[in-house]
Order: sequence, then C-alpha cells, then structure tokens
Amino acid sequence: MDLKKVDSILEKHGYRHSEVIGIMQDLQEIENYLPQEMLRYVSGKLELNLTRIFDIATFYKCFSLVPRGRHIIRVCCGTACHLGGAARNLEQVKRLLNVEEGETTEDLTFSLETVNCLGACALAPVTVVGKDYYDAVHPGKIEKILSKYYPESKRLPDAQD
Amino acid sequence: MHRIRTISDLEELRQSILAKRDPEKVVIGVCCTTGCQARRSGKVIDAFENEIREKGLQDKVEIKKTGCHGFCEMGPIVVVEPTNSFYCRVGTKDVTDIVSETALKDKVIDRLLWKHPATKEAVVSQNDIPFYKKQKKVVSHNSGRIDPTNIEDYIAVGGYSALAKGLTAMTPAGVVETVVASGIRGRGGGGFPTGIKWRICSSAPGDTKYIIANGDEGDPGAYMDRSLMEGDPHSIIEGMIIGGFAIGAREGIIYVRDEYPIAIQHLSMAIKQAEEYGLLGHDILGTGFDFTIRISRGGGAFVCGEETALIISIEGKSGTPRARPPYPAIEGLWGNPTVLNNVETFANIPKIVLNGAPWYSDMGTAGSKGTKIFSLVGKAKNTGLVEVKMGTTLREIIFDIGGGIRKSKRFKAVQTGGPSGGCIPISKIDMPVDYDSLRDAGAIMGSGGMIVMDETSCMVDVARYFIHFLMFESCGKCVPCREGLKQMHEILKNICEGRGQRGDIELLSDLAGVMTTASLCALGGTAPNPVLSTIRYFRDEYEAHIFEKRCPAGVCKNLFEYVINQERCNGCTLCRLRCPQEAIFGEKKKPHVIDPQRCIKCGICYSICKREAIRVK
Repeated sequence: MDLKKVDSILEKHGYRHSEVIGIMQDLQEIENYLPQEMLRYVSGKLELNLTRIFDIATFYKCFSLVPRGRHIIRVCCGTACHLGGAARNLEQVKRLLNVEEGETTEDLTFSLETVNCLGACALAPVTVVGKDYYDAVHPGKIEKILSKYYPESKRLPDAQD
Repeated sequence: MHRIRTISDLEELRQSILAKRDPEKVVIGVCCTTGCQARRSGKVIDAFENEIREKGLQDKVEIKKTGCHGFCEMGPIVVVEPTNSFYCRVGTKDVTDIVSETALKDKVIDRLLWKHPATKEAVVSQNDIPFYKKQKKVVSHNSGRIDPTNIEDYIAVGGYSALAKGLTAMTPAGVVETVVASGIRGRGGGGFPTGIKWRICSSAPGDTKYIIANGDEGDPGAYMDRSLMEGDPHSIIEGMIIGGFAIGAREGIIYVRDEYPIAIQHLSMAIKQAEEYGLLGHDILGTGFDFTIRISRGGGAFVCGEETALIISIEGKSGTPRARPPYPAIEGLWGNPTVLNNVETFANIPKIVLNGAPWYSDMGTAGSKGTKIFSLVGKAKNTGLVEVKMGTTLREIIFDIGGGIRKSKRFKAVQTGGPSGGCIPISKIDMPVDYDSLRDAGAIMGSGGMIVMDETSCMVDVARYFIHFLMFESCGKCVPCREGLKQMHEILKNICEGRGQRGDIELLSDLAGVMTTASLCALGGTAPNPVLSTIRYFRDEYEAHIFEKRCPAGVCKNLFEYVINQERCNGCTLCRLRCPQEAIFGEKKKPHVIDPQRCIKCGICYSICKREAIRVK
C-alpha cells in the first residue's frame, strides 16, 4: 500500500468526514479496488468508525472490496440496451470468460460488471471495456471485442482496432 | 483573463469576444460528448487538428469541440459553418475532404449528409431534417453550438445576462415570483412546481441555506441531464447562482453520477472558469452577493436520485431515504433549508429570468409549461435527444421526429418515466404529452426517458426487467419495497420461464397495492407502475405466457425456439461455423437446420445472419 498516495488524498479532501465517499473513490483509483488494510488505515486517520466506511463500501455500486482485473467490462443493462438484447450479450461474455457478474478472470485480465445505464442509449446495446465504448453490440461481436485485450499472440486474426 | 466586476464589464467582454471573431473564418464543430466520443469523435478532432496544422490553415479554419446535437445515432456529428453542412457518421478518413472541399471551397459533400430513408434525398442543414423540424430547442439550444469548455463561448451567446438581470434589476422575491409565474415544474420526475419550492425555502427560517442540483440521472434510458452537463454546463451553473440569490443561499452543490466522467470534467472546468471571471465566488458582479459551487460525485446507487437519499449521500453516508415531511425545503442538507432541483430545471431558469414568465408559460399545456427534453430511444428509426413543447403528441414525437419504427416493424408501446413509469399502448398514441396526461395513462413524466417498443419486445419481460432493476436498487430500509419487489420478481420470473400459474396476475396486483400505499419513498411507491401498466394494457401477453406457455415476442428463452426459414437461407454456412454448440447442420449452399436439443439460444446465429433467415418460433 502506497501510504504517501493515501495521505495525499486525505489531505486533498481536508480529512472531512462529509467527503468520505469522494475520498474512497479517489483511493479506489490507486489499485482498482479497496484493500481492507487501506480502509483500516483510513479509518484511523480520519477517526471515522470502520463500520461506517464498510457501510459505504458495500452500499454504493462503484466500490469493490476484492481485486479487479486490468480491464473492466461493463455491460450496460439500461432499458434501451435491454430491449436491444443486453442480456444475451451478458450471457455470451459470461460463457466466453467463464465468470459471473462481479467476478474476475483467473489471469486477472477482465472483471465483469453490469451498469444500470451509461447514458449512451441511442447507441444501444452498449458495452464498455476499460474506457473503450462499443455500440450496437450483439453476441456475435463479443469474442472479437474481447480478443483485442489479450496479448497479440492470443488475438483473433481479424480483431478490429 | 477578465475579472468581471460590474454589469457593464460583462457587456463589454461580450462585445470584445464578438469583435475578436473573424467572420471570414470557417468553423468546424465536432461533437465531443459521450455519444459521439463512443464512436471515436476524439480521433476525428485529432485528425482535423493535424490536417489544419499540416496545411497551415490556422488562420482560416477553426476546430471547435461542441456539445450534443441530440441526433446521437448519427454520430460522430460534424457541422461546418458558414455552409451549415450537417455531416453524419464522420470518420477520420473524411477529414481531408471536409477541410479541402467544405471548409476551403464551400462545397457540400453529399455522401456525409443525412439522407431521407424513403426518398434518399440528401439534406444539408440540420433544421431541414425531419428529426429537428418539430422540435423546439430552448434548454438544449446552446448544446452543439458552443464549446462547453470555454466560458467565453457561452458569454458570447448571451450567457450570464440572466444572472446580471436577476442580481441587479430584480429582488430575490421578484425572482421567486417570476419562477412561480412561469409555471415550470421539476424536470427530475416528481413534477413539483419549482417556484413554490423556492418560495417555501426562501421563507423558511435559518441563515444557512443550500442549492443542490440533482445530476444523478439514474433512470435507465434517459440521458438528457448528461447531455446538458456535458454540452452546456454554464447554463446549469447560472441557474443555480440565480437560485441561490433568490432563496438566500451562499453554497451550491452539483451531485453527479460517477458514470458520467465527461460531465464531471466539463462541470469542473465551468466552475473554475466562472470563478476566474468573477461570476462565482465573492462579490459576484460587484453586487455583494457571494455564492460558491462544488461537485459531489455519486457512487452508483439509483435510490440517491431521491431527494432525501441524495442529501444524506452528500453528507457522506450511505444514501437511504427518510420519511417526509419535513421536506428538504424546510430541513435539508445538514438540517438547513435546501432547494433541490434537477439540472434540467436549473438550465431553464436563465431563460425564464431573461425572457420573462409570460414568454415561458405561453408554451405548453394548462398544467405543464415550457419545453421538455426526451430521450427517444429503443426501436424508433431516429434515436437521440429531442426537445419539444409540452403537449406535443406521442405520435408527433415517435413518428414525425422519430421517423416511426425500425425495420418496418409494428409499434407496440412506449415506456416513459423509467422504473417508476409505465408502458403506453398504441391506443393512446395521439395523447398530448404532459405531466398530467402521462399520470392518467398509468405512466409518469419522470426524467424524460421515452423507450419505444415494437412487436419484438415482450411486455412481461419489460416488467420483469424493471422489477429486477429495482430489487437490486431498493435500499432495503422499508419492508413493503424490499420484500414486495423480491416477491414480485419471483412471480414475474416464473411467468417468463414458463412456470406461471393461474392467479399470478391477481397476486401481482394485490402486492402492487400494498407497495404503493406503504412504501417509505417514491422508489417503492411507484415501483409497481411498470407491472400495473403492462397488466392494464397487455394482459393478453401475460395470459399467453401463463396459460399457453408462449412468448409472443420471442424474448423469454424458455418459451420459444430459433428456426431457420428454409426459403430465405442460402446455405452461406456462417451460422454453422459460429455456433458454439454445433447445433446447426446443413450443406454449403443448401438451407440449414437448428437442432433444438443442442441449441442454448445464445442468439449468435440470429444476430449474424445477413439474410434474416433465422426466426423465432
């Protein structure tokens, strides 16, 4: 754990209890999840009860208490995406990677998440990998999309850029 | 940087910005908000900038990053002035042509224009495209025209004049009464009259008051708030400052979803610039009025769109709603009187203050004034954000603006209001859309999501989808919502999976009654709406699922099979090669068949078949 980074985040928010959600969002950016030891450390520094921190960490969907993969796949399950077949896309990702929602592949390449709506409804169904958006996704496209994120040797020959 | 100290400073600055502009210069506007960025508009901007640099055209051509034009389906959208050419689906390969032809020779490039689907006629200007013809852009007027990351662009089109007028020519009570007289109602969902809320808050006892803008746009299928925050952030900020002046608040907070990184970025830049220009902070425009704004990022909890939960979330706790009264206007953030409005509501305020209440209340219907942005998505041909006057009919929105249904399918229903809303059938298509008519039809205005469904959409599945959504988003504090949703979901899941029983529909209706009456907040209280409205208008679909074990739309996996139309299939073998189950058989150039025993209904064959030979039975 990089204590310097943690301290500078706490400093930035002025150790204010009201900003604990923002603090935790910034902390999560360090390792893509919230390690327990980090939360314990922060609880001590902020003089804020650990139960309150865990309450927040488990209430809000954006927080993860377990390590996540290098690329986070977010399958949008908003209404427009649902009508466009988001559920079939989600199943296809699960089948290909052999993970369930909220899980990470063994090689730590991908974590699979769903999101309520990304606000890109006119492009439905949408799936985001890391910061890359894919529009009009259907089950036949998924393998190609995912293969882009593997090292070149494992990619499909026609993977798009 | 110009720090503006007086009203005349602001006017001088506006004039100097306009004077600096070279009328000969061609402006290429590229949309840089989420929808177009998802289609790589960032790369298009880079390509334009490279092209301009390489050809040394910096003095002749300007590249402007703009906000959303609303026609997101056609993105990335590029508009070139002065020819006003509206180019759709622009890629990096088109950049050289646009610069050399349109920018330098005023020649319009036909292949990039929008084409009428029936006549194939190309349309040059945005205003001539049917999608825009029946719209009335008031709140979204600036979006797509100005650079949202540059305050001078906003000032140049008259930005912050309403603030100047409010602060110098009006009293706080005068502003409140103008907003009351305009008749504007909250754009976030509840539809409570904004002016009345302000009046209650301004007369509430207490020295410390707050203004909160709700940008926690949680309704799936609605994204007008994101578009406004990304495309015209200063209009929201200006509305909030005016609100602060009206009710006597000195601090404002914008609560934004964490899923909207560009909105957060543009709002942060806008706040910083407004501070630098003296339009936010200490002694605004030399009037002695102080007001600051900060951003609070949400954590991905739908319930935090509810006002009491949102306030608790800003206080740094898990956002669970509390009972009302007391309402936030009396007892809100940290126990102080707080006005909490949707970002779209705040974006309306500068227009109302500047043009007057009569101008605003002239638009709309008896009970709903002004315009509303809807996100028209789903199975309509033209999808995107549309702004219309209140009282425009569903038919005008879906068929004239939206162009009807894709792939010549039949319209079945339109879902409005997100998870608290309902589905409206074809029989009500000529209904004028306003707060009251939607409520009477069993739906709500909500934040303005309008999801169009056709014959391939299963209404039982839609109800199950929303209940599933709400089951996960219920905070769990009160029993009717927590347990009611779980039981409702169980029943709907059974129906969708072929285990529906006689009496299920009645049981769902009973549960709905209890939840509506006894839930603590609107999430639980309105949760049964998607179920009730689909039972009301599409009972036959429920009955087909329960009694005939059949999903007429072909959505519920246990209740249909994929088959190959032997006449359409030309034996291209694509589906056979891609089927993960090896469930498809057939020789090359001869019609194929699917083995229903092996098929897992993953949908790959259905989605990749180029001849649409795969059907649902």
